[in-house]
Amino acid sequence: MRQRRLLRGLATALLAVVGLLAWSGPGEAQVNILDKVKKRGKLICAVNAKLPGFGYLTPQGRYEGFDVDFCRALAAAIFSDSGRLEFVPTTAKERFTVLQTGEADVLFRNTTWTISRDTSVGLDFGPTTFYDGQGMMVTKKSGIKKLEDMKNASICVQTGTTTELNLADQFRKRGVPYKAVVFEDADATAGAYEQGRCDGFTTDISGLISRKSIMKDPGAHVILPQVMSKEPLGPAWAHGDNNWGDVVKWLVYGLVIAEEFGITSKNVDEHVNSKEPEIARMLGGDKEAPKAMGLDPKWLYNAIKQVGNYGEIFARHLGPGTPFSLERGVNDLWTKGGLIYAPPIR
Amino acid sequence: MPPEPSRSPAGPARVAWWRNERVHRVLAQVVFLLAVIAVAGLLYANVRSQLRARGLTTGYGFLYGQAGFPIGEGIEYHEGDPYWYAFLVGVVNTIRVSFFGIVLATILGTFTGIARLSSNWLLSKLAGAYIEIIRNIPLLIQLVFWYFAVILQLPGVKESVVLPGSIFLSNRGTALPLLAPTAAFSAWLPFAAAGLVLAPLLWRWRMRRQELTGRPGRGLVWAGGALLGLPALGWLVAGQPFLVELPEMGGFNYEGGLILTPEFTAVLIGLTVYTAAFIAEVVRAGIQAVHVGQKEAARALGFHPGQTLRLVILPQSVRVIIPPLISQYLNLAKNSSLAVAAGFPDLFSVAQTIFNQTGRSVEVIGLVMGSYLAMSLFTSLVLNLYNRRVRLVER
Amino acid sequence: MPPAVPAEILLPPRTQIGPIGWLRANLFSTWYNVLITLLILWLLATVIPPMARWMIFDATWATTHEPCARAREAAQAIGVRPGACWAVIPANFRLFMVGTYPVGQAHRIGAALALVVLLGTLTAFRRFRGRALVAAWVLSFPAILVLLHGFQGSAILPLVETTKWSGLTLTFLLAIVAIVASFPLGVLLALGRRSSLPVVRLLSTVYIETVRGVPLITILFMSSVMFPLLMPGGLRVDKVVRAMLALILFSAAYLAENVRGGLQAIPQGQYDAARALGLGNALTMGLIILPQALRAVIPPIVGQFIGLFKDTSLVAVIGLLDLFAIGQSILSNPNWLGLRTEVYIFVALVYWVFSYSMSMASRRLERRLGVGVR
Repeated sequence: MRQRRLLRGLATALLAVVGLLAWSGPGEAQVNILDKVKKRGKLICAVNAKLPGFGYLTPQGRYEGFDVDFCRALAAAIFSDSGRLEFVPTTAKERFTVLQTGEADVLFRNTTWTISRDTSVGLDFGPTTFYDGQGMMVTKKSGIKKLEDMKNASICVQTGTTTELNLADQFRKRGVPYKAVVFEDADATAGAYEQGRCDGFTTDISGLISRKSIMKDPGAHVILPQVMSKEPLGPAWAHGDNNWGDVVKWLVYGLVIAEEFGITSKNVDEHVNSKEPEIARMLGGDKEAPKAMGLDPKWLYNAIKQVGNYGEIFARHLGPGTPFSLERGVNDLWTKGGLIYAPPIR
Repeated sequence: MPPEPSRSPAGPARVAWWRNERVHRVLAQVVFLLAVIAVAGLLYANVRSQLRARGLTTGYGFLYGQAGFPIGEGIEYHEGDPYWYAFLVGVVNTIRVSFFGIVLATILGTFTGIARLSSNWLLSKLAGAYIEIIRNIPLLIQLVFWYFAVILQLPGVKESVVLPGSIFLSNRGTALPLLAPTAAFSAWLPFAAAGLVLAPLLWRWRMRRQELTGRPGRGLVWAGGALLGLPALGWLVAGQPFLVELPEMGGFNYEGGLILTPEFTAVLIGLTVYTAAFIAEVVRAGIQAVHVGQKEAARALGFHPGQTLRLVILPQSVRVIIPPLISQYLNLAKNSSLAVAAGFPDLFSVAQTIFNQTGRSVEVIGLVMGSYLAMSLFTSLVLNLYNRRVRLVER
Repeated sequence: MPPAVPAEILLPPRTQIGPIGWLRANLFSTWYNVLITLLILWLLATVIPPMARWMIFDATWATTHEPCARAREAAQAIGVRPGACWAVIPANFRLFMVGTYPVGQAHRIGAALALVVLLGTLTAFRRFRGRALVAAWVLSFPAILVLLHGFQGSAILPLVETTKWSGLTLTFLLAIVAIVASFPLGVLLALGRRSSLPVVRLLSTVYIETVRGVPLITILFMSSVMFPLLMPGGLRVDKVVRAMLALILFSAAYLAENVRGGLQAIPQGQYDAARALGLGNALTMGLIILPQALRAVIPPIVGQFIGLFKDTSLVAVIGLLDLFAIGQSILSNPNWLGLRTEVYIFVALVYWVFSYSMSMASRRLERRLGVGVR
């Protein structure tokens, strides 16, 4: 009796499994991320939760920062509501997995665009939102003036980053032996350096500046003038969805163009009926391009109105008045000698 | 009268095959196995199709590629070495920290366990507080605490704390004097080895003699004599085998001597302190498992408390202690994977880095799990052999 | 014969009773005990005062970060080490407890807590105990999950995604889900390992020993990077659920071993008696063996729960914001930088209070059940 019931149960289970097997075969239909996002009713954005200035958690449990604001702008462009957004905090090592698995729709997390990531990790990259380079911070007391002075020095570095590999390349090239102390976590890396575990601390220069500003005694540290690499940081998404790529790309470009024209969250309403044809097209005059992408004609208006243009986002989180007081430098508009440039909206 | 249909109890031969219990058993197993294989096959198919969808390949060939990333410490390694070698560095680091952790935790745990039962109120309460505090806080937090709040709070290299015997403590590491072999070392080595081999033999001989004749065997004198005397003789014959190498201040850190990195020190202390609290409880339970009459009898025979513990209580409690002790050792080895939180490049930490650089999740997980399983199996094999020996002695 | 004079009642010597006697007996009984006592006293005298100064007397007790900054500057001005800054705890208390759970919805966590407290109180009274209460406990578990998760588009219980579950709440949820959900699997594995069918026995044993042979962190790592590959395309299982699954699979193997211990403690006579009464295999297991075996393994299962509660701190390594990870993320807030020691002590204290009280309770339970007393 018992065995028969057992047998019947097992047979059913087997059938179910076989059924599952058969069903799971053709499951790889190309998914349209924008449709998925719209159906879900909110955007899922992968961010850094531990990089002051770019992405961090406030005591109220809100995400704030330069990268975070691009997520808000994207949500505003899709839903006319920057709040229809969910954040996935990611570590350096899992940030690509969340895109590959569809756990997040887009990644705004100080991620360097490299050929290997673009081709073999299954990702696509958008326009650079922040031009960066790898730098080295040392204490003033140490008297180190250049990388060549760091023979046998200990260097704190975070794992899972391009930084780790650049460091190895640069020191090998210069024939300088060193000791790496590798950490899992950005806080731990900076913390260990500050407590004197390492002679040097290396990461993107923006990260160094951000960290330096919040150290106990910022005056005691200097960033070496040598730049070890190019680090163009920008958004990324799962490889292969061209329409979604257009949406993300043009959102970033739109915010840049808004800065070019001086359209800010405060004065955007005055510009809606602008005489300047490109401005009028941007803020709702052009119906075709947004429609082709699957967006509302007011998409850029909403993003600018609710979040602000590129310059505003930069100033809010990194500019003067923030603990970082970062110069615009290469991240200024091309018209002002920087590298931030956007193709026209036409 | 028609023959009675087979109602009456008949032999198993009469039972139809679908009611035969042996058939049931075989069938049930076949079905179970099929189900397991089907689930495994389903998962495998998913992995294959998902990997293909992302244009990823499988296989362990990537292990021969150049690693390119730095590793903080361990056996000789360069960034140009292949991935498999980098992984090996991690494995050796794990073994290193686990081995020393096990040795130190056993010593600390045994003392704490005995202290817990001490007649000295202060000592037993102190041991109790230590056990209860340490056992109830996650190891991860303890490791991070030891590293950031203790080890890295030590002064910088130039202001190192100097302990007697040229031991320097700083946030760059612990520098200890190292015995460096001299040219005479190889000539001296046979003497030391002979001492090492002879000592236990002498011990056993003297002990047997003591049992047979009842006269004190003085095994300790004989064995200790061999252990120390022969190397000393070797020293006289061959010359000084070691030089004491003292750590000296180099450009950024100490050079020469034995330097333990802060990461290694923190992980070692964390694992030792944590596991020792559990071992202390194991030892305490083992001692309490020995019948009170044994202790009373020993006292009645005139043993003093130290002798009672050493000669009567501990030998009997060992067989109770060994099995749970084995599982504590295995726990320590597995817990060493948390070293990643304190920046120590153990096998898990290196494997994670390899995963980051290559994106080979399945292969890396296979490597990591395989390594831990192999280590666990090997450790429990060795210790279980020892356990069997201890049990054979028991009556 | 002289008249009996009542003998003077002699008190024991002064050195044997009272405080002095106690000191002699417990601290200074032998020469080495004297030595040990003095050594410990010296140790305590060197360690405790500076610790107390840092933790209590020099510490800043406030709720905002400004007093701490002032205290630090004042201490630096006169060249001493500043005391602890406990302001980081009250200022971020909400974050520690509920993390990123939406501010307006936090009452739901309160409600869940109230339910547990209510059931706990009822359980404390003997006369309420019974089937109804057991059923209430069992039902409370899914009810709490539903309460915290809510529904898409619901007005009363709006959806709160699991990605927003964090802080101590997440720590507890992970531990409870793991132990409860691993129970059936664990019992099945235990039965499988004692099964008379070789294939079932072998596979159960392989599973149990494999999981027990690898660290939890590797299973969590697998759940975070490999699990998505195991799912058919497009199926999204979020991070918290994946961590829960990993903890369940992990916990089941250990639970199986505990249950097996209980099963082995059941004397053969119980099986024989059940057989004699005509019970089949399933009924023997369900009515005779398992109830006894499970009762015997309640204390080890509580112990396992405590272990699991501590082990959930590992989810921080795969990027979940549990109590420990929330502590770490507070440290990256510019206002609270460099307060590692304070934050770690607080987090450790929270873990300690819960695990210690649970282990105390389990010891009491053990005594009451009379398990371990033969």
